Amino acid sequence: MKFTLSWLKEHLDTQATLDDILYALTDLGLEVEGVEDRGAKLRDFTIGKVVKAEKHPDADRLRVCQVDTDEGVKQIICGAPNAREGITVVVAKPGVYVPGIDTTIGVGKIRGIESFGMMASEREMELSDEHDGIIELPSGEVGEAFVDWLAANDPAKVDPVIEIAITPNRPDALGVAGIARDLAARGLGTIKTTDPEPVTGTFPCPISVTIEDDTLEVAPVFFGRVIKGVKNGPSPAWLQDKLRAIGLRPISFLVDVTNYFTYDRNRPLHVFDADKVAGNALRLYRAKGGETIMGLDEKEYTFEADQTIIADENGPESIAGVMGGLHSGCTDETVNVFIEAAYFDPIRTAYTGRALKINSDARYRFERGIDPAWTPIGLDAATRLIMDVAGGEASDIVVAGEIPDVSRAYKLDTDRVVSLVGMEIPAETQRASLEALGFCMDGDMAHVPSWRPDVLGEADLVEEVARIASLTKLKGIPMKRLPGVPKPVLTPMQTREIAARRTMAALGYNECVTYSFIDQKAAALFDGGDEASALENPISSEMSHMRPALLPGLLQAAARNQARGFMDLALFELGAAFHGGEPGEQHTLATGLLVGKTLSKDVHGESRGVDVYDAKADAEAVLAAMGAPAKVQILRGVSDWWHPGRSGKICLGPKKVLGVFGEIHPKVLAEMDVKGPAVGFTLWPAEIPFPRTSGTTRSALSLRDLQAVERDFAFVLDANVEALNVVNAAAGADKALIEDVRVFDEFIGGSLGEGKKSLAITVRMQPTEKTLTEKDIEAVAAKIVEKVAKATGGVLRG
Amino acid sequence: MDDLRDKYLGLIGEAGDEAAIEALRVQAVGKKGEVALKMRELGKMTPEERQVMGPKLNALKDEINSALAAKKAALADAALNERLQAEWLDVTLPGRGRSAGTIHPISQVTEEVTAIFADMGFAVAEGPQIETDWYNFDALNIPGHHPARAEMDTFYMARAEGDERPPHVLRTHTSPVQIRSMQDQGAPIRVIAPGRVYRADYDQTHTPMFHQVEGLAIDTDISMANLKWVLEEFVKAYFGVDDVELRFRASHFPFTEPSAEVDIRCSWEGGVLKVGEGDDWLEILGSGMVHPKVLEAAGIDPTVYQGFAFGMGIDRIAMLKYGIPDLRAFFDSDLRWLRHYGFSPLQKPNLHGGL
Repeated sequence: MKFTLSWLKEHLDTQATLDDILYALTDLGLEVEGVEDRGAKLRDFTIGKVVKAEKHPDADRLRVCQVDTDEGVKQIICGAPNAREGITVVVAKPGVYVPGIDTTIGVGKIRGIESFGMMASEREMELSDEHDGIIELPSGEVGEAFVDWLAANDPAKVDPVIEIAITPNRPDALGVAGIARDLAARGLGTIKTTDPEPVTGTFPCPISVTIEDDTLEVAPVFFGRVIKGVKNGPSPAWLQDKLRAIGLRPISFLVDVTNYFTYDRNRPLHVFDADKVAGNALRLYRAKGGETIMGLDEKEYTFEADQTIIADENGPESIAGVMGGLHSGCTDETVNVFIEAAYFDPIRTAYTGRALKINSDARYRFERGIDPAWTPIGLDAATRLIMDVAGGEASDIVVAGEIPDVSRAYKLDTDRVVSLVGMEIPAETQRASLEALGFCMDGDMAHVPSWRPDVLGEADLVEEVARIASLTKLKGIPMKRLPGVPKPVLTPMQTREIAARRTMAALGYNECVTYSFIDQKAAALFDGGDEASALENPISSEMSHMRPALLPGLLQAAARNQARGFMDLALFELGAAFHGGEPGEQHTLATGLLVGKTLSKDVHGESRGVDVYDAKADAEAVLAAMGAPAKVQILRGVSDWWHPGRSGKICLGPKKVLGVFGEIHPKVLAEMDVKGPAVGFTLWPAEIPFPRTSGTTRSALSLRDLQAVERDFAFVLDANVEALNVVNAAAGADKALIEDVRVFDEFIGGSLGEGKKSLAITVRMQPTEKTLTEKDIEAVAAKIVEKVAKATGGVLRG
Repeated sequence: MDDLRDKYLGLIGEAGDEAAIEALRVQAVGKKGEVALKMRELGKMTPEERQVMGPKLNALKDEINSALAAKKAALADAALNERLQAEWLDVTLPGRGRSAGTIHPISQVTEEVTAIFADMGFAVAEGPQIETDWYNFDALNIPGHHPARAEMDTFYMARAEGDERPPHVLRTHTSPVQIRSMQDQGAPIRVIAPGRVYRADYDQTHTPMFHQVEGLAIDTDISMANLKWVLEEFVKAYFGVDDVELRFRASHFPFTEPSAEVDIRCSWEGGVLKVGEGDDWLEILGSGMVHPKVLEAAGIDPTVYQGFAFGMGIDRIAMLKYGIPDLRAFFDSDLRWLRHYGFSPLQKPNLHGGL
């Protein structure tokens, strides 16, 4: 919403400075977004006086003028017909930039005679379109800055343009008068807005208006009247200046009047050319759907069912509350005008505007809510202005429907206001604030003014009082807190997620935050991309589906980094993945991805391609950090985006999967443009059981005094026998004695022959009662060999 | 005897290796060495002579032994030095590789915010990112026709044919967590709700996904002045400044009444933000007293309870505090960015160590 300072002062009698006004506006909730100093570009123009003007010897239309300026008398050649001796003019000396012609004036020769500057027209200074001659000022001293003269004599041309942001609840501030009211309530002056005396018609209105019964709900009232014999044309300068200042293009006087009241009083109006209203009757009804109209913007619109049509005998002439029709709009030739002042339902208007994709000043105001009570007054105000400027004779007013009754009142509980805001605002001040805003106080009851559709309860009164009292002045008051040391607030799951995140980073992974939506193709690779997880209105096809897993986002991140030349990556993300489109169909995952080499090129020869055991070790470390038990099962059979032979799931039983690790399937890598090798893991933090006891006490540490013994065994096995089977078999040989079994070597093929491997394990035996003798150890060793043979078919390597 | 001493000390001094030392030891102080032979002669001496010669011989033996030990140590040192010289390595070669990971600024700042509000008694609440339109809008006093709905650039989930329910939305703010938390816990309540939110907007300063933290405090006597204090304390702790000036500007949100946008006094010098000084104002959040209709929707009696709510952009305050210029880069996972703006995993935010 834009307005000029002088426009504001037409409604507000104030001594306040511009800065005071700007501060108050923002503080009141009418946030100042910008102030345009229109005088700035005219700063260098000065006033001069033509002391002599003679015809140019070599050009009939040019005059050689001697102009008195602040730098003495200067010779200026001028082509304007009105350049003559004795007039007061505006001078642009050499070096001055002239905005209207986008030129900096220099010293020049015109037909052989030197010229030291220019005398300017209004258009050359972008003050108006006037260019019939140079400006002749009625007053002004030689050397005076032209902007100062303007500020004193014609402020509307140069005073600041203020732009404020209007929150959706404040339609009343979409009129300059409403803004003035807020400032007056704040104490920045007094309101001087006046309403017009009613205009009595001198003949019956020749155009009738009817509203269908089923339409009264959304178009409750329509006032109109004809003014015959008007002379349309360009608006007077004051009106053009006003509109131009706030960025509106003057069109013709009748149209400009509607725009003027739209911005001055938040009162949208429409003007029909009365001679083009077929059948002299307008009818408001609900569209059936399919009717068409050519809008004032010269685009054709097709009505949808239930939108409100204003039609004459020939069909739709206006989209109620949104936009008028081109056919019956006013033109320069209009002599008989029909003015419409109506009230349209905000919700209906919003739906219609949205459906037809029309953003008009009328829609903007009707959908926020105009003052229904001012509807007939607005009609009189427009009538008066039109007749004052364009003449004509007004008819009686025709009216259909009734002004909707929006009267209501809420209790002002002044104590509650103080309690909610936390500021001592005296009860009398509270009441005075509301009254200044137009509320009528009747005891404790505050009757809401008709222009405040947003006030719908006691809480809204609190806001009004607080706003006027100034929230900027609010002083913080400490909130009560529990005595003593604050208790921890995180849930065990929240703590677990933080532990996982920091462990992954500690393991060398860089945390990523990728978008929750990905493209359908990538989602489909990971069991997603179905209709349930699709967005109705994605911002692009790259972001069309909720991610079923974190891996696709990380793979895409890896591909982007590889495209930038970073081939070796360790990335992780912890966040939600979605297994459906219902609230709650999301689950938290922790996923790590390793790509390329473990280290970049390395002088120590330690760099190597990442492999599944890297992923497994990291997965186990993160699980441990999240409190997962040490004893887990490693099972095969994971989702098909993993390498089927080089992947496994970490489980507590076949149905309790804590995580998956493995090599990414080469086809998936190819689809996602990632150069391998690539391995990764995905963990389900919520699947890890929480410890049953919550105490802090650890189990007692049992240290044995007796020496532990380690023995190594190497078994020859079929190559596809899994190491864990060997380890479990060996450990089972004597559960009391065997403390630990570790695999320390694997050798495949070679002298062992095709399909065979050798696996070496270290078994650590910890006696509890007496030192082991060689005989004891032999006995256990034999049992280990036997158990392993039985479980895996492995034989001790000779 | 002095001859003997000079002879051996001289020989020891000249000895070139451990073998020579050993030979000299045998020759001088060995069982059959010269000193031992002299010792044997003691028996033939008179007691008087013995009394003189005995200690002298013992002293000689000790002296030779010390000299042998010293020479042996010196030789060992020399040998070691020689070896160490030969073991020279180019220490300017890089150390063994160790990859360092990083924590994303969003995670770090979320933990920072959590630490501060935890101290003021706020727990951390969470909620679904796909929401019903009731939780995202209606319960927050944003009815279907409200202009705010259109202005929020909402993402909708697709609806299967025949499913006539209103489409679910990707939550446009973390405010629905307010409703869920109040429904679950009732009042009094103090929670913050950090998380992802979504709006269909993508340009220089907007991404279709970003992060917010919601704050909610409800009790029988909580006022807007309390809100201001809480936010002042937060801003001071978060930016690590002793003093800060907050400006509450009246504003409008459907779910709070009165509503205020909150600015902090700051200065921008050379692109560096300084909080608490200067002549600029920086808008950091929206807030207000929870609207009675919102309390009602969440099952809380608005005639008994009152309180405040606020919502703040996590990405935004991360950018402000750490001087990160571009929001879009947060979600691009550019390794250079992650390394530059990320945090060490051990740099876990807490109040006693500073944030």
